[in-house]
Amino acid sequence: MQALYAQLLVGLINGSFYALLSLGLAVIFGMLNIINFAHGALYMMGAFCAYFLLNVAGIGYWPALIIAPIAVGIFGMILERTMLQWLSGLDHLYGLLLTFGIALIVQGVFQNYFGSSGLPYAIPDELKGGMNLGFMFLPIYRGWVVVFSLAVCLATWYLIERTRLGAYLRAATENPTLVRAFGINVPRMITLTYGLGVGLAALAGVLSAPINQVRPLMGADLIIVVFAVVVIGGMGSIMGSIITGFALGVIEGLTKYFYPEASNTVVFVLMVLVLLIKPTGLTGRAA
Amino acid sequence: MPDLKMAEATATNAAPSTANGQVLSVQNLEAWYGESHILHGINFDVNAGEVVTLLGRNGAGKTSTLKSIMGIIGKRTGSVNFGGREIIRATSDRIARMGVAFCPEERGIFASLDVRENLLLPPIVRSGGLSLDQIFDLFPNLKERLNSQGTKLSGGEQQMLAIARILRTGASFLMLDEPTEGLAPVIIQQIGHTIARLKNEGFTILLVEQNFRFASTVADRYYIVEHGQVIDGFANSELSSNMDKLHTYLGV
Repeated sequence: MQALYAQLLVGLINGSFYALLSLGLAVIFGMLNIINFAHGALYMMGAFCAYFLLNVAGIGYWPALIIAPIAVGIFGMILERTMLQWLSGLDHLYGLLLTFGIALIVQGVFQNYFGSSGLPYAIPDELKGGMNLGFMFLPIYRGWVVVFSLAVCLATWYLIERTRLGAYLRAATENPTLVRAFGINVPRMITLTYGLGVGLAALAGVLSAPINQVRPLMGADLIIVVFAVVVIGGMGSIMGSIITGFALGVIEGLTKYFYPEASNTVVFVLMVLVLLIKPTGLTGRAA
Repeated sequence: MPDLKMAEATATNAAPSTANGQVLSVQNLEAWYGESHILHGINFDVNAGEVVTLLGRNGAGKTSTLKSIMGIIGKRTGSVNFGGREIIRATSDRIARMGVAFCPEERGIFASLDVRENLLLPPIVRSGGLSLDQIFDLFPNLKERLNSQGTKLSGGEQQMLAIARILRTGASFLMLDEPTEGLAPVIIQQIGHTIARLKNEGFTILLVEQNFRFASTVADRYYIVEHGQVIDGFANSELSSNMDKLHTYLGV
């Protein structure tokens, strides 16, 4: 029984990263109509940013939680201004090739300097240790990751679905020309949206650093699963990508307990099933 | 129609105009969609407080003229002067901020926004816009449907919403593209009353219409657009003497 709860927790943690990453992908896809294959590399940059802050500048985990997403978000906005914006109106394939190329370059640069092995990043003192819940032992940092990720996901959902800024975003997703003709600087909004999506990825990277170590290819491994999550959940639905992210993490965790051999493939099997039954994904709107 | 309390709005609704009262002056406006040349030199003026209607057959360039003024069509040359400022090179968000409001033919109601969000979407660009209460006086239907999804409204209600949301912004120069298209006669009448009322409040309106009968109830002046050019223009008072020409132009 202990092992089941432990796998459930691992599932929830992976689900947190899936949710944060697929949420960012959904936000970016909605506004830019680009499938951002650079997302995994930007997640990795978030983790490295936290690592540099600690080891070069002596800045710890808590400030890094804010600084890294902003720094990587700015890097993302520069990418959008200098490259991605020129792809608007073109076929998805161009965005895919460009962002995939960016991911390869970024990962290559980091690999060149840091190799492929993991660099350690310590859990902050405040979150060290664990709690005995009676039925299981809960490492505090892991509980924090799940709770904080969920809070950030819900805050992002609220921002997009319930605020005036979010109304601009949703409207611009539907008809950017008209939103601009109402006096809203849509190109600037697109840049900021990309920054937001990238910032969420970097935040996931910082959260992940103490658990999974910091590696140049940490994002490349994760992003494949995240894209399967996005396909299952359906592109473009905010709440859909959050729920699917957490749910698939849990399903993966349960599979690890009941039938470990399938734990690496269960997400992809589900993806195939969903594609067969509902090609737009569980919550997706027809494109 | 409900009684409107817009007395204080009257003074502020006046569009920015030059010394001779011109709000908009379009000269030799040409525009392209990609490679295809769609406007071949449009010339016309709109004076403060007028309702001016562009008439013409399908594909003559009426909608493209509105879109070019609004800055939506990428490649355009010539001169568009709004309130004494040249806006031919400005982006559409800048043009909107100067006080030009556009209500597109397809209405552009956002499906992922409810009626309230649709109504509140366009930012206020200057003071003097209608308050929500004034808007609900004009369009009582909207008040009851505030929480409906935007595209769940009937065609007439969507058109009212599309007009209502640009009245809030404080823009004093409204461009309405075929507001009566596809609507029932009773709704067309209501929109006609609304336009007349807005004119009384000091709004300046540039209208594109296929429905000449409707246009003749609200317009002060007409311009005829054909093959991307303005080929004729006359005032509403000269309408009867121009009816024969008009039949030829419009093919009705």
